[in-house]
Amino acid sequence: MQLKIQYYALMREQAGRSEETLETSCTTPADLYGELSTRYRFTLTREQLKVAVNAEFSDWSRRLAAGDAVVFIPPVAGG
Amino acid sequence: MMHFRFTQTAIDTTGARRELLDLGAGGYVSFEGWVRDHNEGQEVTRLEYEAFQELAVKEGERIVADALRRFPVKHALCIHRIGSLALSDMAVWVGVSSAHRGEAFDACRFIIDEVKHRVPIWKKEHYRSGDSGWVNCERCAAAPGHTHGHEHDDELEHHDEPAASHS
Repeated sequence: MQLKIQYYALMREQAGRSEETLETSCTTPADLYGELSTRYRFTLTREQLKVAVNAEFSDWSRRLAAGDAVVFIPPVAGG
Repeated sequence: MMHFRFTQTAIDTTGARRELLDLGAGGYVSFEGWVRDHNEGQEVTRLEYEAFQELAVKEGERIVADALRRFPVKHALCIHRIGSLALSDMAVWVGVSSAHRGEAFDACRFIIDEVKHRVPIWKKEHYRSGDSGWVNCERCAAAPGHTHGHEHDDELEHHDEPAASHS
């Protein structure tokens, strides 16, 4: 299944890209983060992140569908 | 009415204030967040703000709508700047108009606190030393076993320090 991943802030720097389309067998955001962490050596653990699917906050255990847009959200710091 | 938006350029506080005018309002309260020259013992020279705008605008709108439900105020608006900011530049502006001052202060405080905790905005500090770091992210990364109540917690922490505080 194909997913679109967008990266922001520290995640963008560590992934070396702001987005990509990925062919993956991962079925949940949790699995996907595991796969991408291995690939990009992300320093943040999943417990430190939130995740959004199709521009809404999501559970880590949500079942992903082809074409979903996933964003891993590191600790925020607005203001 | 749009209650939350981003700008790439200086925040127009005069225009923003005008959006809050109401014949039934007896006053208005605003908060300006400025770029400070230090954080956590480091000398800061400039900041870069970045946002996941699609979700950030939705979450920002939800926060202001929530404030309008909780407090009997007339109007409220929050504008956040993104991009590269210099010292003393305004990063965020919140304004609330109301019949009476008490609820305007309360609503303004509520909005800025919630925005700092919930809206997907990140800031990278550049230091005098030449080093740089994403606030709230780099120290987590340095100590992966360290769990703490960071800015994603649903519980409000009321502190005046910028979101860098881990306490």
